[in-house]
Amino acid sequence: MRQLDENALRTLVPRVLAGLVRRGEDFDAAEDALQEALLEALRVWPATPPRDPRAWLATVATRRLVDARRGEAARHRREEATYAEPPPAATEESQATEEGDDTLFLLFCCCHPDLAPASQVALTLRAVGGLTTREIADAFYVPEATMAQRISRAKRALQGRRLDQLGDLAVVLRVLYLVYTAGHAGRVDLAGEAIRLARQLTLATEEPEARGLLALMLLNHARLPARLDSEGRIVTLDRQERGMWDTREIAEGVRVLQSALAVGRPGRYQIEAAIAALHDDAASAEDTDWPQILAWYDDLVALTDDPVRQDPAAVLGRAVAVGHVLDAAAGLRETDRLRKVLGERHRWHAVRGYLHELSGDLPAAAAAYADAARRATDIAERDHLVHQAARAPAAELDDWSTAHRASKLSAADSGQEGLRP
Amino acid sequence: MPKYLLLKHYRGGPAPHRPFPPMDQWAPEDVEAHMAFLKHVSALLEENGEFVDAQALTPARTWVRYGGPDAAPVTTDGPLPETSDLVAGWYMIDVESYERAVELAAYVSSEPGPGGEPLYEWIDVREVMSDAP
Repeated sequence: MRQLDENALRTLVPRVLAGLVRRGEDFDAAEDALQEALLEALRVWPATPPRDPRAWLATVATRRLVDARRGEAARHRREEATYAEPPPAATEESQATEEGDDTLFLLFCCCHPDLAPASQVALTLRAVGGLTTREIADAFYVPEATMAQRISRAKRALQGRRLDQLGDLAVVLRVLYLVYTAGHAGRVDLAGEAIRLARQLTLATEEPEARGLLALMLLNHARLPARLDSEGRIVTLDRQERGMWDTREIAEGVRVLQSALAVGRPGRYQIEAAIAALHDDAASAEDTDWPQILAWYDDLVALTDDPVRQDPAAVLGRAVAVGHVLDAAAGLRETDRLRKVLGERHRWHAVRGYLHELSGDLPAAAAAYADAARRATDIAERDHLVHQAARAPAAELDDWSTAHRASKLSAADSGQEGLRP
Repeated sequence: MPKYLLLKHYRGGPAPHRPFPPMDQWAPEDVEAHMAFLKHVSALLEENGEFVDAQALTPARTWVRYGGPDAAPVTTDGPLPETSDLVAGWYMIDVESYERAVELAAYVSSEPGPGGEPLYEWIDVREVMSDAP
């Protein structure tokens, strides 16, 4: 049997779905029919590959739709196709644009704000990502039947709505970000899927935040090879083996980011990408340009009126930057503002542990890491924090903290205020 | 998308809001109604796309520890076998938020008991750690 190119098959799904919906088919029924066609393709294509895969999918899906209509006793609603039919793709470039338009159209359908985030994610992965229900269920550790129900209910909730209007891009970006951060379980690499979908999105819209999100994902993904050690344990950014970072992804991320920033409308994803780029640019942790990172964090928290309540994660990240630019005590004071909002979350305690360690107060670091470990909600984080808590009180001034002290002393030479000796 | 366990206990937990006798002392139709409700909860969770797992445990439990080199495992019923905490079973759910888990736990707690009245059983809510790296 020939090896089936699953990625190519997945890419066809949104193209065919968009085509069916544009010619008037009901989104819910068409998506179900196409999912069945996809499952059949996975079964039969290895032995008998079609000459025209896209036409094969469209034909089989249509046949299923017709059969379903014949068998259905209930009234079958059809969505009016008011989305303009794009002209046939003449060049490779316009084909890519058409692909982007299809993606954008379907993303607005699947990321409808009336749907819960879990439903948006599931529906996006099936209708736009071309994943099977089973693959999505495995990725989220739920039974297949549960995921199937979630998707069916999501589509039923969309019935009767006009699916042709331009939706809120911010919602789409948030969904893709959720897909990216969901991790990789099972056979499917969700982070890779998110990047692929974000790439298609940037073909369909000029909005710089779409490029900002793609850049952020690429710049973060580039560090993935260094994020887990050989035992599968978390290695934090400050201790990662930077030679393992993917330089091509970093280069692409920087390119995409620069093209976004050139538009002159910075937003949260562009700023987060800029911070990621500065980390990726440092040859070692000690070379990190913290003052520049702090400047970007200042821009990030300025995006909301009440950052402590509306974007506490940004305020927390900024506290780390403050800890490096000024001193750990100043960073810790910044985290105090978040006690009410984030005090029960593991990340708040973990950042305080990091800052205590930075200042050399190892007992306080150990206590903070222990508090963090008690509040961790995933196994890898919990194990890492327990390890940190156990390590801290016994730690001599190892290379890490010595190096960080050294970098602060040289900053003192250049006259920065508020540094410890 | 976090997962929670909603645990029912044979014994243990906070003092019952309305004390009730053990199920073997209920009227048969009340037992049937109770069982039907628990089945209905599973069906509801499946319908909602929130169902991950549901299990019941037998009321027998043994505490086991390592006996030492070349020794047999050591077992015991525990310090207070008649009154100590004992899990009866669970629903594992995959939901949008903690608030939804609480809402579902309260619904389970409304299950019918003697005379068809709500049981007001204390349901133990625990978050399951995710596996994401």
